[in-house]
Amino acid sequence: MGRGEKRLWLALLGLLLAAPLYLSAYHLSLLGRFLALGLAALGIALIWGQGGMLSLGQGVFFGLGGYALAMHLKLVALKPGELPDFMEWTGLASLPWWWAPFRSGVFALGAVLAVPTLAAGVLGRLVFPKRVGGVYFALLTQALALAFSTFLISQQAYTGGFNGLTNFVSVFGLSVQSGGFQLGLYWASLLFLVGCLALARWLLARPFGRILQAIGVSENRLRFLGYDPARYKLVAFALAGGMAGIGGALFTLHAGVISPAMVGVVPSIEMVVWAAVGGRESLIGAVIGALLVNFCKDWISSLFPDLWLYAMGSLFIVVVTVLPRGLAGLSLKPAALASLLARLRRDSAKATAPAAEGRCEPTRAA
Amino acid sequence: MDNSLLRVENLTVAFDGFTVLDRLSIALQPRATRVIIGPNGAGKSTLLDAIIGRVAPVSGRILFRGHNLTGMPEHEIALLGICRKFQTPGVLDNLTLYDNLCLAARRAKQWWQTLGCRLDPAERETVRATLDLIGLDDKRDRPARELAHGEKQWLEIGMVVASGAELLLLDEPAAGMTHHEVETTAAIIRRLAGSRSFLVIDHDMGFVEMLAAPVSVLHMGRLLSEGTIAAVRSDPQVAAVYLGRSHGMANAYA
Repeated sequence: MGRGEKRLWLALLGLLLAAPLYLSAYHLSLLGRFLALGLAALGIALIWGQGGMLSLGQGVFFGLGGYALAMHLKLVALKPGELPDFMEWTGLASLPWWWAPFRSGVFALGAVLAVPTLAAGVLGRLVFPKRVGGVYFALLTQALALAFSTFLISQQAYTGGFNGLTNFVSVFGLSVQSGGFQLGLYWASLLFLVGCLALARWLLARPFGRILQAIGVSENRLRFLGYDPARYKLVAFALAGGMAGIGGALFTLHAGVISPAMVGVVPSIEMVVWAAVGGRESLIGAVIGALLVNFCKDWISSLFPDLWLYAMGSLFIVVVTVLPRGLAGLSLKPAALASLLARLRRDSAKATAPAAEGRCEPTRAA
Repeated sequence: MDNSLLRVENLTVAFDGFTVLDRLSIALQPRATRVIIGPNGAGKSTLLDAIIGRVAPVSGRILFRGHNLTGMPEHEIALLGICRKFQTPGVLDNLTLYDNLCLAARRAKQWWQTLGCRLDPAERETVRATLDLIGLDDKRDRPARELAHGEKQWLEIGMVVASGAELLLLDEPAAGMTHHEVETTAAIIRRLAGSRSFLVIDHDMGFVEMLAAPVSVLHMGRLLSEGTIAAVRSDPQVAAVYLGRSHGMANAYA
């Protein structure tokens, strides 16, 4: 890590630590929510930016974490003998057995960590030894995201269906309305994000990180040096799943709801966009990407509600064509800016060249 | 008593019904060097692919120190002590030269073992000695992608050497090199010859001569001729195979 990068890290951490001092309650809660989303982007930077595994299904793990916590929040709001509202509407007589353990907060917190991690681990165990990679892996994970959201919608009696799980009253004895809860939630989001960043950075500084990076470019070479790439990919993928799960649980607390609309195909792709915009090769870049894109989303969609999807699409195109390494690849040194401008000019020259040729042709034909 | 390190027995490999290796048998003694030549399509690279487990044979066996390799996963074959240099340099482009060699030299290759400390002193010594051997010590902290083609070839030879493997398979190690670089490559291999077993594939007769090792000629998946380079050259069958196929090789014989 260069000195410049270290300064950037410290400056950002300082800004985030001091945020409750200079942000309004509304903006602080937005920032906390986006920090939670940053966890999903961080996981993507780890598996995609380092290990070359493009997952278009991180929403699944995000959702598993979110639903695990939301199930607990639904149950603690009940009086003895009551069922969650949507179960009563759909005519369920008793609580399904697999809901029951979520009465325990400890169990639910354990599930937030374990379920997404294990789910990603099992998927990795099935897929990586079969050498499913690249586009096929991306499509497979995307199909999984679609299947997961469809499943949640179709099983309304057990999952709350399209509306998801909402109307939480209190979390571990704290009312969700209280200011103390909101502040605590911000600190928790920041703590988990910094903790996961530290874990990911530690991992990348180990030989494990070198091997993961090597897998990203040449899985075969590694195999013939005696490493089993499938194991390394599995570990990284499970870890990224766990991070997305924690992010999902924190997001559920921030938003007061988790629903299929937050775990399906579109949110899964959005998570990849955050990482790409920030710079997938940089862990902190992906987190900054998640913060920036989401603040833009909030700002643009409050001004022009219909415009956001177009804006995000354009942003993605710009990043892919001009800034393949994302914002993190954009150094503010004059030389780097000059080369960026040169590339832009060359691209536009390339784009206009065929047109010019086309104009000449009729003359030549005549 | 069979004391060969590698024994290929009646190996047949076919792709879509086209036989690439046809009941090929070859044996290699410990610490021996063997060069395999042959026209394009003779099955040279396929033989290496079969040894490292990249392709599955139709029939026949490959024994390494008595272990049957057929059907084993690639990384387990590698762990037995077989390492290959690929035809197009298979270095890890995004890592530094030093990290490339470290990954090759590391013996603890399970994922949980790579969370701990870096290399042990013996492994570090291997990396240092390998850097010395391939003469790239001054570029150790450069990313491998920045190396010139010849340097990448040397780095990959270095990785194969640093892996500590007993059997080193080199697929056209001198391909695309200048004459001077070819000489350096031959010198690197000659320095190691006698300490490990080498199976070297190449087209360049000048390079093969520099290795001063027994030669096997493959043609259409079979062994055509074996012996010293001089004996092989004077074999009319070998001359016919090369002359009938390529003028480049005919010139090499002139």
